[in-house]
Amino acid sequence: MQTIEAINPQRSPKEAPGKKAGVGLTAIVWRRFRRHPGAIAGAIVLSIIVLSCTLAFLSPYDPYRSDITSRLEPPSLAHPFGTDQLGRDLLTRCLYGGRISLLVGALVVLVTLIIGVPVGALAGYLGGWVDDVLMRIIDAALSLPVLLILILLSAILREVELPAFERNNVVLIALVIGALSWMTVARLVRALFLTLREQEYVTAARALGASSLLIMSSEILPNSFGPIIVESTLEIGWAILEESGLSFLGFGIQPPTPSWGNLLNGAQEHIITHPWLAIFPGVMIFLTIISVNYIGDGLRDALDPYKVLKQIAEV
Amino acid sequence: MAIPTDGQQPEELVRVQDLVVHYPVRSGVFRRISAWIKAVDGVSFSIREGETLGLVGESGCGKSTVGRAMLRLKDPTGGKVMFNGVDILKLPTNELKPIRRNMQIVFQDPYSSLNPRKPVADAILAGLKIHKVGAIEERYPMVIDALQRVGLEEYYASRYPYEFSGGQRQRIGIARALVLRPKFIICDEPVSALDVSIQSQVLNLLRELQQELSLTYLFIAHNLSVVEHISQRVAVMYLGKIVELTGSQALFEEPLHPYTRALISAIPRPRPGNKRERIILSGEVPSPLNPPPGCHFHPRCPWADSHCAQADPPLREVRPGHWAACWKIEG
Amino acid sequence: MLSYILRRLLQAIPLLLILSLLLFTLVNLAPGGPLAGLSRTRRASTEKTEQLKQQFGLDKPLPLQYLIWLAGNDWMRVDLDGDGVKESYGTRRGILRGDFGFSYRTRQPVIEEIRHRVGNTMYLVSITLLVVALIAIPVGVLSAIKQYSTFDILATTLSFVGQAIPEFWLGLILIFIFYAWLENPLTGQPLLPVGGMYTVGAPFSLLDRTSHLVLPVIMGMVGWVAWYSRFLRSSMLDVIHQDYIRTARAKGLREWAVMFRHALKNALIPLVTLFALDFPYIFAGSLYVELIFAWPGMGRLYYDSAVRRDYPVMLALLIIGAGLILICNLLADIAYAALDPRVRYD
Repeated sequence: MQTIEAINPQRSPKEAPGKKAGVGLTAIVWRRFRRHPGAIAGAIVLSIIVLSCTLAFLSPYDPYRSDITSRLEPPSLAHPFGTDQLGRDLLTRCLYGGRISLLVGALVVLVTLIIGVPVGALAGYLGGWVDDVLMRIIDAALSLPVLLILILLSAILREVELPAFERNNVVLIALVIGALSWMTVARLVRALFLTLREQEYVTAARALGASSLLIMSSEILPNSFGPIIVESTLEIGWAILEESGLSFLGFGIQPPTPSWGNLLNGAQEHIITHPWLAIFPGVMIFLTIISVNYIGDGLRDALDPYKVLKQIAEV
Repeated sequence: MAIPTDGQQPEELVRVQDLVVHYPVRSGVFRRISAWIKAVDGVSFSIREGETLGLVGESGCGKSTVGRAMLRLKDPTGGKVMFNGVDILKLPTNELKPIRRNMQIVFQDPYSSLNPRKPVADAILAGLKIHKVGAIEERYPMVIDALQRVGLEEYYASRYPYEFSGGQRQRIGIARALVLRPKFIICDEPVSALDVSIQSQVLNLLRELQQELSLTYLFIAHNLSVVEHISQRVAVMYLGKIVELTGSQALFEEPLHPYTRALISAIPRPRPGNKRERIILSGEVPSPLNPPPGCHFHPRCPWADSHCAQADPPLREVRPGHWAACWKIEG
Repeated sequence: MLSYILRRLLQAIPLLLILSLLLFTLVNLAPGGPLAGLSRTRRASTEKTEQLKQQFGLDKPLPLQYLIWLAGNDWMRVDLDGDGVKESYGTRRGILRGDFGFSYRTRQPVIEEIRHRVGNTMYLVSITLLVVALIAIPVGVLSAIKQYSTFDILATTLSFVGQAIPEFWLGLILIFIFYAWLENPLTGQPLLPVGGMYTVGAPFSLLDRTSHLVLPVIMGMVGWVAWYSRFLRSSMLDVIHQDYIRTARAKGLREWAVMFRHALKNALIPLVTLFALDFPYIFAGSLYVELIFAWPGMGRLYYDSAVRRDYPVMLALLIIGAGLILICNLLADIAYAALDPRVRYD
């Protein structure tokens, strides 16, 4: 263990500085994460879901081809999830829909990080008028009711006839949802940078002549990874929920392209007589989100700086 | 106003002239400035090459602020800081950067002055990278050299700060300041956070390094006996101003300013039976938001009179080489 | 404190104006124009479109349109009967005086449409919030007091479950269970109704109203109960481990007095502010509930308007929504300062 070696000096081979960045800390974090049964279970379930959706192409059924002879069949060996109102295998459609929903979730988080981290970092580190202006923008953006605006934007964009805005552009939907959700990350990063910039190692870097950009990226940002990772993980769940809701309302991904949300929309009119149409897509959303939440919870505990340092001290 | 120097060689390296650092206080609906916190209120001194000037005072007297203002880590509100004859407060950022190589700082808190996420070699390497010193393959040996000079072995280079003790971390901080071969180092209470047994080790290290590398120090502390150990001259600060400035021996043998006299009388001396008169100050340190009129020290001074309450005494040379800011000293 | 409130209000007004300008521009620059919702086919006759444009004042430059929307046009002369002559004063008073224009869909004043439905949404939301508070607070507190007990573990797991269930899916499942599957043992009819606020045509009955409330409230509350009970649990835990609670016990107070008189009060403070911040979102969330259970409220109104591109109504609801968020944010900050004596704004 590295700690004991440092106290009992022994000759060790010359190592290039910086190449083993974070090894000791990463190992501790991983060990702490492993102790959470919920987080591990969540990781396993999520991996299964992601894997099956990626392998959706292995299904013998075509998610788009309708087969009137097998409409609305309950679950069976041939169709584990049953078939929908156009005779399409529901399991296959769920898996293809999962691709879209998961992709949108990941893209939304990417967008929020790309926008939110620089904005928060600049506001928190530079302070002054930069902070004032950026905070005003963040507050303004936060006072828009997200769902309502999403619906509005979706309704408007529906009218545009450029090829880039073609109806089921996943990237576009992710951009739109992301553009309305980056504010939480920005606020978090701002708060982190605001506290961390008072640390003495930051002052030391300034005394050495480091530029603001270097300090932000090299000194402060690595110390902010923990909370940012936790927040991003939880946001994946939230983004999937948001996209599903939007698609459910008819304002997101349009049929025939499947998405968990619009599968639920189609299931609405048949809920009384053919409930499986609604049960399965919903279960998939539910499992994905609860896994993500458990993973996020485990990460939050594993990355908690106080507990990590305490564990180091105990060794 | 006359800057206290000695007029002797060697060359004057650093000169601070009328340094002022005021913080605005805003209140009200429109955030108007309603008052100023006068952390540093007109400080002047100079330091010769190779010398150590001690700067002592209570917490909150502004001594750390002076150090940081000199390095522009906190931009001063007014005054001059001359390094080798150049006023660095007026320099644009790109011209300031090369000068930073010559002026470094060692911090007080060994636990927060190193980035916990980076191996210590990176902390020391950072300065070399920023100033593009030497070819890339030459830098690592320079890092190891700096570590060895402060008494740490080479294989410590890839360890993380959490693996070191407080004293060791402070050494790493010194190594970081040294690696750029600066001429001037500000030691901002470098031993205040260490155990007493470690303090002397680090102090001795600083003295050795000063001789080996011809360094000039500004040594900031609140402990007078520590300062006596290491400085040739000492300045005493109170509420943002220097109240006394002289050679360290003269300060301890013949303190002139009432505040210094009270401080010195409070130092425990290991000679029981040799009672000295304890001067006990009344009252609390006033806040820099609302300094008393006239001499800032007068409410607590046993010798103050009405004149002291009205006029602020300037720092003047009351004995040869000995400056004090008090109306009551003859000279 | 007063100066803080004044400062916030002064900041909120221009913010709201900018937001309204943004939304207004967005709607009017949309391809297909604000009248997109009026014509079923894209090719309405040009003459009719022109007439409609004039009638709604859409042939004027955009900044002027915004001004009219904001402040009305009854102080300027317009042409009302289509003959090209501006002979009379306009009839619109602008949103600053409460006139949000006319719905494209129903041709009724937007204000009237909203007024008909505001009560219904408030009715549903307040009952839902009451139920949330009644369940989340005891559960959270008990979870904290008996940390790591079976109850706590169960509650925590259920709260994870509750937060992961998509609201709209829950509604559908509830409909299936209580309407299609389970039966009223007495009548053989579905157990609970799934449409509207009450049975149309029947006389007023408390039982009827309540039975219509059950499923919508359950759907709306599950997520919030899960979230708040968890939050209260952590807030309560923070408080319980403070030294002053230990002091209270050491003084000899009985455990329930310690918990309820001292701990709970302090644990509820962050909850109040959180609640004030969440309040607008509870409103927005009612959209799903009202849609699935055919509840005639504001959420449903927004959805119906969106489907038909009825922009005046959408704009009005958006502005109200934004205003609500700003006010709730300010109330949250004020409440926080009022309840926690350590917090000071200047």
